[in-house]
Amino acid sequence: MRILTYIRQVLDAEESVHIANNAVALENSKLVMDTMDEYGVEEALRLRESGIEAEIVAVAVGPARVQDALRTALAIGADRAIHVETDIRLDAIALSKVLAQLATQEQATLILSGGQQADWDSHALAAATAERLHWPQVTWTSALELKGTTLTGKHDADEGSESFTLELPAVVTTQQGLNEPRYPTLPNIMKSKKKELRKESLDQFDVMPKLKFVSAEIQVKNRLNKILDGKDAPAAAAQLVDLLRNEARVIA
Amino acid sequence: MILVVVEYANGKVSKSTWEMITAARESGREAPVTALVLGSNIAPIAAEVAKAVDQVLVADLPALAQYDPELWSAAVAQIATEGEASLVLIGGSRSGREYSPRVAIKLDAPLLEDVITLKATGETITSQRYTFLARVTETIETTAPIAVVAVKPGVFNPATPRAEAGEQFDVDLNLPTPRLKVTGKTAERSSRISLAEAEIVVSGGRGVGSAEGFTQYVEALADQLGAAVGATRAIVDAGWRPYSEQVGQTGKTVQPKTYIAIGISGAVQHLSGMNKSKTIVAINRDAEAPIFKIADYGIIGDVTQLVPAILIELKK
Ligand SMILES: Cc1cc2nc3c(=O)[nH]c(=O)nc-3n(C[C@H](O)[C@H](O)[C@H](O)COP(=O)(O)OP(=O)(O)OC[C@H]3O[C@@H](n4cnc5c(N)ncnc54)[C@H](O)[C@@H]3O)c2cc1C
Repeated sequence: MRILTYIRQVLDAEESVHIANNAVALENSKLVMDTMDEYGVEEALRLRESGIEAEIVAVAVGPARVQDALRTALAIGADRAIHVETDIRLDAIALSKVLAQLATQEQATLILSGGQQADWDSHALAAATAERLHWPQVTWTSALELKGTTLTGKHDADEGSESFTLELPAVVTTQQGLNEPRYPTLPNIMKSKKKELRKESLDQFDVMPKLKFVSAEIQVKNRLNKILDGKDAPAAAAQLVDLLRNEARVIA
Repeated sequence: MILVVVEYANGKVSKSTWEMITAARESGREAPVTALVLGSNIAPIAAEVAKAVDQVLVADLPALAQYDPELWSAAVAQIATEGEASLVLIGGSRSGREYSPRVAIKLDAPLLEDVITLKATGETITSQRYTFLARVTETIETTAPIAVVAVKPGVFNPATPRAEAGEQFDVDLNLPTPRLKVTGKTAERSSRISLAEAEIVVSGGRGVGSAEGFTQYVEALADQLGAAVGATRAIVDAGWRPYSEQVGQTGKTVQPKTYIAIGISGAVQHLSGMNKSKTIVAINRDAEAPIFKIADYGIIGDVTQLVPAILIELKK
């Protein structure tokens, strides 16, 4: 079987966000493969290590720099990578068209993708891709097993979690708790340099985004910053409770 | 029409539904607000929601007893098409965020996700949402004739019921066979108020010292205030609290009136789940902890001394 894992490149968590020309500017910041997507690559590797014969193809869409994230996926253990290079920003619905076509071309039967990446904070890609392929989906999985063509596992639902079974082909989103992603080792980093990283252009996918990104703003809510010294605990507690009751009026 | 897909839980219309009705009414689109109720044995839900909308469409079918993304998206897309909806509002719950993209694809419509503002002017729909771990507010536009909108919970004011109830109609649906089989359910281990709906959230981090410390300080304060409890990833990973209580990027997003952070450093991944809370209160012994930068009120000091003192003060 063939597994596609979708990768996004995002701002490292320690980096601040900068805005230029009405959009977040990433040019001079440290960028990494999104952690949620890392869980997806790791899970693909684990499915293979559980005895399933599988080729793992990492896929990313975005500007030239995104290939670094794909190299990371290759170093962790993906077999090859496909990079659809474009500077156009696609929303999840538009992007799902690319991913669905790639899945068809590659005859993939399983797509793994992070539940919500740290750049667009969106959940929509996996479900949109599943719908385009007429495949079922399961989101926010926290346990996954594959026997033959049957997936079983656990995932989060509105209230609590559910155990499920599902037949391939399917789209699955990954999250914290599913696994502990491994680090690329030096030998694997060396090996990954020889792995195939195919470039494609966006033109052939016939994508027309329906959303226009107008502006981005860093929203800093002005906070009161009334910080008390707590050395005298009873006095500080009394003062805080008084402020919350009589100034902020947030407790009775 | 403007279609609002009703969310409910435990036999009650969820707060998110009333919020969506407000979003629909204030959107600027002049069209009747129509609620769609999907499920089995949902007459009471339909009757309750009828008090706030122009009409209610009811699909009361045994096949809909259980939520399924393929069934829900098929049902919503069918009704939106038949009713020539111009806006389809879906709650930004886990399930709503899961099936709304499928509805958008079926309708060949754009999807506005996690919407916090929504304004239609002429052909253009303008909306806003948070991105980059909720550090950025983005403005997004579309001119499509129909848009699917997933509304972020806890942002719009809940609509209030009116004297006259909207009329109810039963609808027929062509539903696919669900392919995802649910074989078991684990309810969220909590008899408390849900994190999403609580007005006050008391959260604990590694600074509470231990699982016992969490009970002694965080749960005690939450009980005193009638609040929900939250936790950081550090202590969920340590096994002190269940994952269902985690607040942050990989946990839940909360937006209560008051968020009380006890022994929490304020890492960006935690902040992304709570930084939209109206009032933020922090207790931490490190004056340099990042949580103080976003706090309205705080005390620099030790949890083990301050929380008991606060409890005494609250009981006065
Ligand atoms: C991809 C990714 C996703 C993540 N997702 C999340 C998420 O969803 N939610 C989340 O919370 N984190 C998340 N994290 C982890 C996050 O980066 C932090 O590690 C975590 O939030 C820290 O938790 P903490 O504040 O409890 O612990 P610490 O950072 O260890 O802070 C403990 C604080 O307690 C204070 N303290 C200690 N003892 C006392 C005392 N006796 N009295 C008063 N104060 C005291 C200390 O001064 C310190 O500030 C994520 C990380 C990654 C990489």
